[in-house]
Amino acid sequence: MSSNKRKVPEVNSSSQADIAFSLLIFFLVATTMNTDTGLARMLPPMPPENQQQEDIKVKERNLFLVLISGNGAIMAGTPTDQQIIDLRELKDKAQEFVLNPMDTEDLPEKEDTEIELADGSKWVYPVSQGVISLQTTRDTGYQAYIQVQNELTRAFNEIRDQVAEKKFGAKFADLPEENRAAVAKAVPLKISEAEPRNIKK
Amino acid sequence: MAVMKKKGKKELPAISTSSLPDVIYMILFFFMVSTSMRDQELLVRYKLPDATEVQKLEKKSLVSYIHIGQPSLSMQAKFGTAPRIQLNDSYKNTKDILDFVAAERDKLNEADRAAMTVCLKADGQTKMGIVTDVKQELRRANALKINYAASKSLGYY
Repeated sequence: MSSNKRKVPEVNSSSQADIAFSLLIFFLVATTMNTDTGLARMLPPMPPENQQQEDIKVKERNLFLVLISGNGAIMAGTPTDQQIIDLRELKDKAQEFVLNPMDTEDLPEKEDTEIELADGSKWVYPVSQGVISLQTTRDTGYQAYIQVQNELTRAFNEIRDQVAEKKFGAKFADLPEENRAAVAKAVPLKISEAEPRNIKK
Repeated sequence: MAVMKKKGKKELPAISTSSLPDVIYMILFFFMVSTSMRDQELLVRYKLPDATEVQKLEKKSLVSYIHIGQPSLSMQAKFGTAPRIQLNDSYKNTKDILDFVAAERDKLNEADRAAMTVCLKADGQTKMGIVTDVKQELRRANALKINYAASKSLGYY
């Protein structure tokens, strides 16, 4: 009888810590923490195979060629005037090409485009018609290619920041989604990646 | 009981460990939330190129990976050191990318298929030739949204 009056002993919880530890170690081993980062791009769609492939005609002034050679040297410029340049100069060159600040004859033309904003109003912005054409050889290193892609992205990001600052008073990355889409329309990321030259198999 | 009390006064009381499980659980939940499951074993080695303008990959469920690089050390005896393409868990050719993309696309909802992204994880030392072949094959497979995986750096110079 006396044993009935006693309290039921509590479940021993001293091993709970060990259980938690083993769960913790399992998760430490079986999972990874790295978040993937990278440069986002859109590939051009493949033309239908039976269709005669026509080269899209782009006016010479609207074209900026960037060629990367097998040893990583960069040659950039308009089709008529190309120079070997350093990676450091590439961003400014690309920006000058896209912006055409002095509205000169041999840099790309601009077309006033109406962009609809989220609040229903229209925003007219002279959108540059320039296309940056990026060409590599089969020997070009991937690191050199990514560096050039990165510099070109940086050029566009800075222009977008400037435009966003002027129009909406904030950096591109801090804008709400719909304003960001409007700025992206005003400064389109036009990088054409042609197939590599002088294909050596 | 009285005897017990006398004993306790003489010795230093032991530090209570009753909150230890709670602490460990807290760490456990932190890791459960902030990490993701390791999904495939790498058969290639790569050191991603550096870039400053990288963006985070959103929505991991929509991302498929293509790894390009030298075979990992244990596989080099068998496969040599020429760069290889890894899809899922084996070495593949560029021709297999078409099937791979189709299979990956089938796994997704119909609504999500347009947003499918292919992440190219290639070693910085690989040549553009193999990367371009993969890109051409992706164009053929109509998987146009791609991402060049790169690790964040502060700058080149």
